[in-house]
Amino acid sequence: MEKEEIYERLNNVFRDIFDDESIVVTAKTTSNDIEDWDSLEHINLIVAVEQEFGIKFNMNEVTTMKNVGEMVDIIISRVNK
Amino acid sequence: MMKELEYPFDVNNIMKNKKKIKKELLLNKGLIDKKIAILGGSTTSEIKNMLEIFLLNYGIKPIFYESEYNKFYEDAVFGNEGLDNFNPDIIYIHTTNRNIINYPTMYDDTSIVEEKLNSEYEKFKKVWEKLFEKFNSIIIQNNFEYPYYRLLGNKDASDIHGKTNFITRLNQKFYDYANNTKNFFINDINYVSSCYGLDKWSNQFYWHMYKYAMEVPAIPYLAFNLANIIKSIYGKNKKAFVLDLDNTLWGGIVGDDGVENLAIGPEVPSGQVYSEIQAYLKEHKSLGIILNVNSKNEYENAIAGLNHPAGTLKPDDFIIIKANWNPKNLNIKDIAEELNLGADSFVFVDDNPAERQIVSNYIEGIATPEIDVPENYIRIIDHNGYFEVTNFSSEDLKKNELYKDNAKRSQMMATFDNYDDYLKSLKMKAEISSFKPVYLERISQLSNKSNQFNLTTKRYSLADIEEVDKNENYIKIYGKLEDIFGDNGVISVIIGNIRNKDELHIDLWIMSCRVLKRNMEFAMMDELVRRAKEKNIKAIYGYYYPTLKNKMVSNFYDLQGFEEISCDDEGNKVYKLDISKGYINKNNVIEVYE
Repeated sequence: MEKEEIYERLNNVFRDIFDDESIVVTAKTTSNDIEDWDSLEHINLIVAVEQEFGIKFNMNEVTTMKNVGEMVDIIISRVNK
Repeated sequence: MMKELEYPFDVNNIMKNKKKIKKELLLNKGLIDKKIAILGGSTTSEIKNMLEIFLLNYGIKPIFYESEYNKFYEDAVFGNEGLDNFNPDIIYIHTTNRNIINYPTMYDDTSIVEEKLNSEYEKFKKVWEKLFEKFNSIIIQNNFEYPYYRLLGNKDASDIHGKTNFITRLNQKFYDYANNTKNFFINDINYVSSCYGLDKWSNQFYWHMYKYAMEVPAIPYLAFNLANIIKSIYGKNKKAFVLDLDNTLWGGIVGDDGVENLAIGPEVPSGQVYSEIQAYLKEHKSLGIILNVNSKNEYENAIAGLNHPAGTLKPDDFIIIKANWNPKNLNIKDIAEELNLGADSFVFVDDNPAERQIVSNYIEGIATPEIDVPENYIRIIDHNGYFEVTNFSSEDLKKNELYKDNAKRSQMMATFDNYDDYLKSLKMKAEISSFKPVYLERISQLSNKSNQFNLTTKRYSLADIEEVDKNENYIKIYGKLEDIFGDNGVISVIIGNIRNKDELHIDLWIMSCRVLKRNMEFAMMDELVRRAKEKNIKAIYGYYYPTLKNKMVSNFYDLQGFEEISCDDEGNKVYKLDISKGYINKNNVIEVYE
């Protein structure tokens, strides 16, 4: 799967979860950039991303992920295995 | 009703689109507000969100109080101003095996294990008792799911040192409390987690990351299960089955294949499946659920199929059998009219998705479970929780007979030219009296189930009814009606509030549609006036609040001789009847006693 496609699908997940059609995520996006992205919504986001790509993050990954770019790197390593 | 929120549901879709779903559901009319306090022993945020959309789908709009993380005990036992001011209708205690602190160890002897069991139980009992002391509300308590590992292996279940054994016994103590306590219900997460799969349910990632005591994708199942209890408490259960025949109650098509070739009975696997389906449906009669048939068939063929010697369901098990070639939605409308029930209280079971689609398009609120293959029918119907039992009254056991009796009355009515003569021939007797303890459960149930003959659509939980019963400022009467065909039980209730010394304001006036057009409402009115006079009431005020369902009583107070004194833009009306200058009794066909 190409990076571009992953960003596109990820963007849709973000828009659904935060119910905001104006969201555009980039590698640099963090929870500081999206108003509703608090720790409680974070879990829902993680679950939705897992379901979108049919993957599971492990605890270590979730706790160390710093921005959307790192999330995408993990997704790429999983789906292209 | 949103199809997406019926079992089996797509968890991904619900979780991802919960905000959109919520917005859409909030557009529905006639939502009732309920205050729900969630006291958690772990994170509850997503449980609240999911519960909200499932309740909205049932027409209940929750307003939430959420305890701080794992503060269920403190909030209940030491009190919390926020909770006190909130004054909940329902308190949901979301605890799990993560909240069991003192498990037995292998070093403990029997008496220490007993002590630990009791102290865990007493901790929860204290929570419930404190809450009941303070609030006039309903408590819903989780039982415990099984542990996610078994130190003793299989022996964990039977040995008193095993966590599995400990949880089983603690659950039993919860059930004993539930069986002896009104307004207390168990949310059976033990069952829900086993249906879901305990290993998945107990995914420890979610506990260590977020302090969720179950995996987040399991939460919709938990919330749905909980919403079913709540909707049942507020009278939103379904009341009747409307069943297709061919490939729904038996395998094959009776008109084409002939009775002898239907799959039903022990000989072949598909016959066994249908035998179990019939037995499952028949069991619902003991819950007061009415069975009806709606089938595209020649009537004779339908009856022949139902008389199949291996069948459990016989023609006599059904109240109404529609076997014809009419569109099924029209048959359902007729069944609703004949039973005097709303079609939205029906569960329509049909193997044909096209028929289900038509019916759900035409009939608002009807359930049309998405059954696929016969071996899944029971699970899919069952897990939807249409008939969740919360307050079961002895009336329910008799429900099918009552509807049968009504069918006999209709036949008799046809033999009279004059309606009054018919009413007199029924030799009706009514017991109309002030609330009695034995009937409080039924009175609450009736207030929650009655939609059509209901002037204010005010709902009363059992706790609310007990409150009214104790309060001297209310005139509260119930009516039971019996006739030559049978006893209808408690079928009408009036609650009037005495204000300003000589005014009686009618908060609630309901009657079961089973006894429509029997002049029972006049007998109730006469009795209400008699009691009002005893209390020196000069004027009675009646209120009519229109809903989608209570049009039938829109001019009820006019008929009773009240004078309309106001009507707002939404059609809410206030009526007044001056009784200080006398009142002439209206009932002359029912003999009334106390």
